[in-house]
Amino acid sequence: MSAIADKAAIVGIGATEFSKDSGRSELRLAAEAVRAALNDAGLAPADVDGLVTFSMDNNTEVAVARELGIPSLEFFSRIQYGGGAACATVQQAAMAVATGIADVVVCYRAFNERSGYRYGQVSSALASAPTSSGIDAGWSYPMGLGTPAAQVAMIAQRYMHVYGATSEDFGRVSVVDRKHAATNPNAFFYGKPITLAEHQSSRWIVEPLHLLDCCQESDGGVAIVVTSVERARDLPNPPVIIRAAAQGSGSDQFVMTSYYRDALTGLPEMGIVGEQLWSQAGLAPEDVDVAVLYDHFTPFVLIQLEELGFCPRGEARHFIADGALEIGGRLPLNPHGGQLGEAYIHGMNGIAEGVRQVRGAAVNQVEDVAHVLVTAGTGVPTSGLILGAA
Amino acid sequence: MTERIHDEVERVKAAGASAPKPGRDPVNQPMINNWVEALGDTNPIYVDDAAARAAGHDGIVAPPAMIQVWTMGGLHGQRNTDDPLGLMLRLFDDAGYTSIVATNCEQTYHRYLHPGEQVSMHTTLEDVVGPKQTGLGEGWFVTTRNVWTVGDEPVAEMLFRVLKFAPRPASPDRSAVLRPIVGHDNAFFWEGTAAGELRVQHCPTCGRLRHPPGPMCPSCGADKQDWVVAAGRGTVFSYVVHHHPPVPGKQLPFVVALVELEEGVRMLGELIDVDPATVHVGMSVQLALTKIDDELTLPFWRPAS
Ligand SMILES: [Zn+2]
Repeated sequence: MSAIADKAAIVGIGATEFSKDSGRSELRLAAEAVRAALNDAGLAPADVDGLVTFSMDNNTEVAVARELGIPSLEFFSRIQYGGGAACATVQQAAMAVATGIADVVVCYRAFNERSGYRYGQVSSALASAPTSSGIDAGWSYPMGLGTPAAQVAMIAQRYMHVYGATSEDFGRVSVVDRKHAATNPNAFFYGKPITLAEHQSSRWIVEPLHLLDCCQESDGGVAIVVTSVERARDLPNPPVIIRAAAQGSGSDQFVMTSYYRDALTGLPEMGIVGEQLWSQAGLAPEDVDVAVLYDHFTPFVLIQLEELGFCPRGEARHFIADGALEIGGRLPLNPHGGQLGEAYIHGMNGIAEGVRQVRGAAVNQVEDVAHVLVTAGTGVPTSGLILGAA
Repeated sequence: MTERIHDEVERVKAAGASAPKPGRDPVNQPMINNWVEALGDTNPIYVDDAAARAAGHDGIVAPPAMIQVWTMGGLHGQRNTDDPLGLMLRLFDDAGYTSIVATNCEQTYHRYLHPGEQVSMHTTLEDVVGPKQTGLGEGWFVTTRNVWTVGDEPVAEMLFRVLKFAPRPASPDRSAVLRPIVGHDNAFFWEGTAAGELRVQHCPTCGRLRHPPGPMCPSCGADKQDWVVAAGRGTVFSYVVHHHPPVPGKQLPFVVALVELEEGVRMLGELIDVDPATVHVGMSVQLALTKIDDELTLPFWRPAS
């Protein structure tokens, strides 16, 4: 049994609206999300003694603490590797709570990713950074491979070649996410489902990826409040227990360009996360009632299903057929609409959905949810969570 | 070149207005009828005497927007030799700015014209600005003013601006590519491409080949590494066709291939001289080292011959 499993609980979630142009500062989005999460938890800023975010977040812990009037912090931490940080922020919080380093830790992520700096464009700043990441980028950016879509497309093409998956197989992920988003009033694509034919006819971004294989770009913020299971019992919401929390990085790991491993058909870093999650929680894939899988690009949802053990390698396209990922199917996926349908908040909105599903309070609620699996960014060193009812 | 352009601009400006060019026909009802029909303008004051009088005119008037019609040169018309716009177009054609696009057209009407009036038009060169870097290519904005007169009376004016530009070359400006950071651990590679070699890191202790290279052999821990020169042949292990967004130094769409070298390592490179639709996993490719400038030689790939 892991030292952190079942020691900490998520007791509050909060978010701003999700939009293409928030019209306000990233710090304000962070402060609004954290305040909303504390209100949800029935806690005050003075109860908070820890803050965790992504290394990519532009709002320092001290700036957020100032805006909230948090009088003192005893724990603050940041996680690297873009969206791979999402579930790891909760792992950091759970470790701090389990070890007694902190009592109430808030994880947050807020950005103007659409109206401000857009991750989907070519980042010349990354390519010219005098760091090991900058040196790594020198093996791809000068050759013209410099956007997340292109970086994912390279692996997707190989995966299609080896296993016979098709663009339509990828499109089914997009269709189910948009179906779920269509009935989620908080989703950017509320009321806007798509068909597989629309996916197929959407323009190329980077072959083999169509536009509708790529998640949206969003402005917004999400915050998650973590405290001990004991304290959680005294708070208003039913506690959502952190059954397992893990990070993973694999052999010969690069950030988005791990192209030099023997096979180019998997996400070994996610496999490493999955093994820890099953081990910590004492659970297996068949125990999962809802999967919130990181879906910035559709092909990596299929590969995650394989890495996490839901199906054998190369068979995800069969696993997802016949509505398996829809609510009522054998593994409901992203009932909030995912990042393809709800919003791209770097995976943090997926954790909030996992919490709602365990509480039984989601807009697209799955019946009798005991365990939710949540994953973070793919193609990068990443992380995952299993959330469960008390 | 720029100086010659400025000199000619000053000469034409100093020459002032061109000689008035009379319209081929006076303002006339048949032409008005054709024009309002073609444009679907149903205002009766252009075709019905009673309606025009009811609207306060002395009779039928011509649509003001027809002003250019009255002085058009006809199917085989020639610009007058003193026409400033014609002089400017010839100047920029000769200087290599061979393409043209109109960017602004502002017309001012001083009064209505009546059938039977004889209209003339003269032109002055207002301004020439450039060279400017535009989305279409480098070019010059040329602004002229046309004045239409009846006798000595100005009846309408038009400010007209065109961009005369040199269309972009079909090949991309490769010097705009993002540059690799060069340091202790990868200098041998970039020095190699400049020297006409594709170098692959080699561990002298255990013999491992490695790309991308690094400072310490992951197999045996040796911290002294050297290299071998690759033959420059390989196969496509995977590839993408990039359509969006634009990438510095690349012309859309373009192919990036992950090439598996004969020596066993993989490396990324743009695949050139190829129809993207024909690229496939397993395709044989060969190295095409391309000098970008004195600082950078990039490894491209092309289909094996
Ligand atoms: Zn070695």
